[in-house]
Amino acid sequence: MSEIFTMGIDVGSTSSKCIILKNGKEIVSKSMIPVGAGTSGPRRVVEAVLRESKLSIEDLSYILATGYGRHMMDWVHSEMSELSCHAKAAYFLYPNVRTVIDIGGQDAKVLRISPQGMLTNFAMNDKCAAGTGRFLDVMARVIEVEVDDLGVLSAQSTNVINISSTCTVFAESEVISQLAQNTHINDIVRGIHRSVAGRVAGLAKRVGVEDDVVMTGGVAKNNGVVVALEEELYKKIHVSPLAQYAGALGAALYAFDKRES
Amino acid sequence: MSEKIPAKIRLRSIVDKVYQNAWDAKERGEPVGWSSSKFPAEIAEALGLAVCYPENQAAAISAKHGGQRMCEHAEALGYDNDICGYARISMAYAAGFEAEEKAMPQPDFLLCCNNICNCMTKWYENIARMHDIPLVMIDVPYNNTVEVGDDYVQYIRGQFDDAIKQLEEISGRKMNEKKFEEVCANSNRTAKAWLKVCSYLQYKPSPFAGFDLFNHMAVVVTARCKLESALAFEALAEELQENVKNNHSTWKYEEKHRIMFEGIPCWPQLQPLFKPLKENGMNTTAVVYAPAFGFAYSNLDELMKAYCKAPNSVCLETGVDWREGICRENKVDGILVHYNRSCKPWSGYMPEMERRFRKDLGVPVVSFDGDQADPRNFSEAQYNTRVEGLYEVMEEYKAKKEAK
Ligand code: SF4
Repeated sequence: MSEIFTMGIDVGSTSSKCIILKNGKEIVSKSMIPVGAGTSGPRRVVEAVLRESKLSIEDLSYILATGYGRHMMDWVHSEMSELSCHAKAAYFLYPNVRTVIDIGGQDAKVLRISPQGMLTNFAMNDKCAAGTGRFLDVMARVIEVEVDDLGVLSAQSTNVINISSTCTVFAESEVISQLAQNTHINDIVRGIHRSVAGRVAGLAKRVGVEDDVVMTGGVAKNNGVVVALEEELYKKIHVSPLAQYAGALGAALYAFDKRES
Repeated sequence: MSEKIPAKIRLRSIVDKVYQNAWDAKERGEPVGWSSSKFPAEIAEALGLAVCYPENQAAAISAKHGGQRMCEHAEALGYDNDICGYARISMAYAAGFEAEEKAMPQPDFLLCCNNICNCMTKWYENIARMHDIPLVMIDVPYNNTVEVGDDYVQYIRGQFDDAIKQLEEISGRKMNEKKFEEVCANSNRTAKAWLKVCSYLQYKPSPFAGFDLFNHMAVVVTARCKLESALAFEALAEELQENVKNNHSTWKYEEKHRIMFEGIPCWPQLQPLFKPLKENGMNTTAVVYAPAFGFAYSNLDELMKAYCKAPNSVCLETGVDWREGICRENKVDGILVHYNRSCKPWSGYMPEMERRFRKDLGVPVVSFDGDQADPRNFSEAQYNTRVEGLYEVMEEYKAKKEAK
């Protein structure tokens, strides 16, 4: 059988991700650029995967775009929403998945998956940015730490504190007042994670949570949020090292399915 | 022979006439009323009083993009932006801020029935104070049982009789029994014709786009007691019958899927709201306004009961029943729920309704945030993702069904 290459591009609100897949199974190259829709990110990320795989656009049988900025990609074969793509990737990585939690830059979603891997229902956050990656970015800036360090910091927390505001702006002032009271940074970070987890768990309960639960999206890298969610939901949460590529992976998998039609 | 006027045009002209009638009355020096949409319209109609409808006015202003301006005027007057957008627009208009999008004469009396919601009570009280005019109030308590009890009927009947007396004084006319009966007969006939029109959504493909109902609704709100409304709806039903026969539809796209659209539409964003639906071939074949405005009665007690059944004043069980009934009849494959930042009572019981729809109907249910009047509460990109997600899930269900 000749080799079939497909590409999935996930143009998010804060980053661009791209994957090239061989025969619908094997990842040949992947890349991420931390800027998203409307920037040079999508172009650069595509160039990067092509370079890494030593392939050219002509070698690709099908290209599918997903994510917030998918409509701006007029040169791809087709587009799909990130909901279907995350579901597809989660099922590919964990065949027993029934619930997917995806926290992205400005959206949080919970997907229900059938035993056959079909997306059967989903719930998404309301208009507000609380409970999304953006919320964590804002908070990290306020306490002057890197977003990538949040997980490690909260793991060292010894006290539970509450960040009760759901509004990003009010939560920011709550965090500032905690800093003023000399609350330890680790405890504040844990409080921030609990606040995100509380919002997302509420969403998850709306569609029902069933094992296995898989988390995808950039925020899955933050173990503090994963642990806080496990505590809220009383469930083990599986996180793949490919979590933040889930949208692109799902898109590449759909591209493989669609290449014939 | 003159050419037949399309029902759509007839319906629109009925609403225009309601407002023209109010301007004319004002000019003659007669009192003009403002009424909530589910105040028993039969009384004022039988007494020949001209009445305008602030909810309808606010929807029209919003659809023509004047909503935000009017809401901001209201906020500057001190009304919080959490208050229903219709109320804010209406209070700004009552306070003297003009709205060319849909002008109507200022009120001389008010007709308020809180069967729609309790925000209505405060809204009308505010206007009554602003203008120092009489407020005729009919209080309909929230109905937490499926059946409407006799105590409710008596309580509302007492207020109904009192409202007649107050309006006799305002109009300077006596209620004429025969005229009242005639008006009630018209109201029943309109309701029946409205239900008949809505029932055509059962056909697959549907002979019309369900979004049309949001426009036709204006007639049920503003002119349900007029014979011409009944006649226009009957004519529309005939046109739809013809459409079925000739395989025509006002839905100009493929009907790949059929959905229920739950809630009041975002009037300021009708185009963006409709766009992903038409692009994905999703026709709206169920809206709760169908059962909610199609009430019929054969005597006064039943009339009282009918006015206990407004979208936000019925208990959860009845609310679910209405919706699941039309979803089944009109064969929907998915549900799109508008969490309307203006309408707390309506959006408030949606999470539980959503849960029941999923369980009872086995269809995907998706929600989005928006507002019926204030454009600041809607995000087009977020809405599109949700609608496309709903489409993709419905496609999966369909593929699975076809594979069986
Ligand atoms: S709160 Fe809802 S029911 Fe009440 S007036 Fe506003 S839109 Fe209508």
